[in-house]
Amino acid sequence: MNHSIPSGGFFDNEGKPAWLAWLTTTDHKRIGLLYFYSLTVFFLVGVILGLLMRLELINPGKDLVEAQTYNGLFTLHGVIMIFLFVIPGVPAVFGNIALPLLLGARDVAFPKLNLLSWYLYIGGAILALSTLLVGDGPPDTGWTFYAPYSVKTGTNVSMAVLAAFILGFSSILTGLNFLTTIHRMRCPGMSWFKMPLFAWALYATSWIQLLATPVVGITLLMIVVERWLGIGLFDPALGGDPVLYQHLFWIYSHPAVYIMILPGMGVISEIMPTFSRRRIFGYKAIAYSSLAIAFIGYFVWGHHMFTSGMSGPARIIFSILTFLVAIPSAIKVFNWLATMYGGSIDMKPPMLYALGFIFLFLIGGLTGLVNGALATDVHIHDTYFVVGHFHYVMFGGTGFAFFAALHYWFPKIYGRMYDVKAATRAFWVLFTGFNVLYFPMLVVGMMGMPRRYYDYLPQFHLPNLISTVGSWITVAGLIYMIVVLVKGYRKGATASANPWDGLTLDWQTDSPPSKENFDTIPTVTEGPYEYK
Amino acid sequence: MENHKHHIVEYLTNLYVWVGLAVLTIVTIWVSEFDLKMLTVAVALGVATVKAVLVLMYFMHLKFDSKILTVMVIVTLIVFLSMIVFTFFDYTFRA
Repeated sequence: MNHSIPSGGFFDNEGKPAWLAWLTTTDHKRIGLLYFYSLTVFFLVGVILGLLMRLELINPGKDLVEAQTYNGLFTLHGVIMIFLFVIPGVPAVFGNIALPLLLGARDVAFPKLNLLSWYLYIGGAILALSTLLVGDGPPDTGWTFYAPYSVKTGTNVSMAVLAAFILGFSSILTGLNFLTTIHRMRCPGMSWFKMPLFAWALYATSWIQLLATPVVGITLLMIVVERWLGIGLFDPALGGDPVLYQHLFWIYSHPAVYIMILPGMGVISEIMPTFSRRRIFGYKAIAYSSLAIAFIGYFVWGHHMFTSGMSGPARIIFSILTFLVAIPSAIKVFNWLATMYGGSIDMKPPMLYALGFIFLFLIGGLTGLVNGALATDVHIHDTYFVVGHFHYVMFGGTGFAFFAALHYWFPKIYGRMYDVKAATRAFWVLFTGFNVLYFPMLVVGMMGMPRRYYDYLPQFHLPNLISTVGSWITVAGLIYMIVVLVKGYRKGATASANPWDGLTLDWQTDSPPSKENFDTIPTVTEGPYEYK
Repeated sequence: MENHKHHIVEYLTNLYVWVGLAVLTIVTIWVSEFDLKMLTVAVALGVATVKAVLVLMYFMHLKFDSKILTVMVIVTLIVFLSMIVFTFFDYTFRA
């Protein structure tokens, strides 16, 4: 057993002070870890805010905070979780760490730009969190900043949207970097269809980051312009159109859902064949479905606006298009299940989190169909059903995929192994807590409880009480998982280069990898999952 | 992967394209003298599109580069146009 923190491979500071070596690094693995540590901090802040919201909702009436504070809590919870954790999450951390390794490259195409992306991310994050401490209090608009309220409220909206604007730049630069890396830096022999599926998922994601993010950047600036200069873009009193804001916001923010989920799906596509000891079923179908999700995902934003005064024909078109996007998602799920069929399945923590992802994402996806259908959406729009649905997709999907990736690449990153049995127990606590926390939201939403209120009618009490208890179990699971991983980092047994017997190139180099990743650039002769 | 030799465009070709762009600019100004009613914007946008295509093809080397880059530009344009079309589709039918 080791009793010191990892120091070999890319952890070597090469004679520089540690802080300087890390803050000026252009090594993709270190930048991935910089993202990881900062994302973890913001994630925990978001968790605490969520926990406070659930505590307030344990009983009807005021329990813990005033209504205005509650409005700030849900807004900041949303902004932090969406912009600081879920959107950058898998690509910024595991895309950075694993993509060049999977491609047999020494780094990403633009290492300095990569570091700049992280600094922009930190700048945006500090600005977002500053809204808590300065000015007239945190924004109270919800993370969607809907106009005209966001134009009129006296809270710190301008600062928050500027933070989101800066974070958008970080996202665009990461997307640009990955696109170029995938096009230009694949090792000899790695044709497009010999590329690992996580790289395919990142490729599709990067296109969305590149094309959709500028739209929300401009839109958020328009909010600032309207607040500061009084130009009537969205406020009807000034001749503006609030529905136009919703169009522009969701033109980005729905594709952003696929920025959040596609990389997670890529992680699952890596884990399934490795822990089933089988070649992935339908490689090309999974690769193409990533592109299809990214492409169709651009044309479904209107389903967020079915009750916002959008025209009837537009609602019908958007509803039909929304159902189309379910097809490539279902193709992926089918192929993952078919990969396991007849395989020799090894229920290690990465696989458990991957299976957890499939189960929770299925619930998230199927409840999404209820939102996508015009008639049913009218009933559940802006209720807790929607809150439950997107937490099943965002946390159950992206969150669990993040944890799956963390448990999968942990021995590669640190060269240490965590306690597998304890990690398995942590998974079950988290998985149980998650369902106790979010499933009652689906029920209480169906019963008609609206979202974003700090109070509710007495008939909604029991599901809210169960949900709050679920939040405690979830937090206990998270703490347990973190303790297991920190212990593994500090005292875990030395991990071999390939502890999971993976076939992709990331497992064919040292753990932790050297700064240059490979002694010599590998040559690929067959597909990434050719289990015999 | 995918290392291509850079195509060098002859000065004469660039000159022809530049002259073409200048002529099209003159056409844009000349056409604006006529009252084309509903077609006014369409004609201006049409000429501008031809100019943009010339710049993309010759000055930005799409004509000589890998076809995948052309596909990327086309997909990007489709996405961009779709955003505009879908948004205006809503406005057209709104009560």
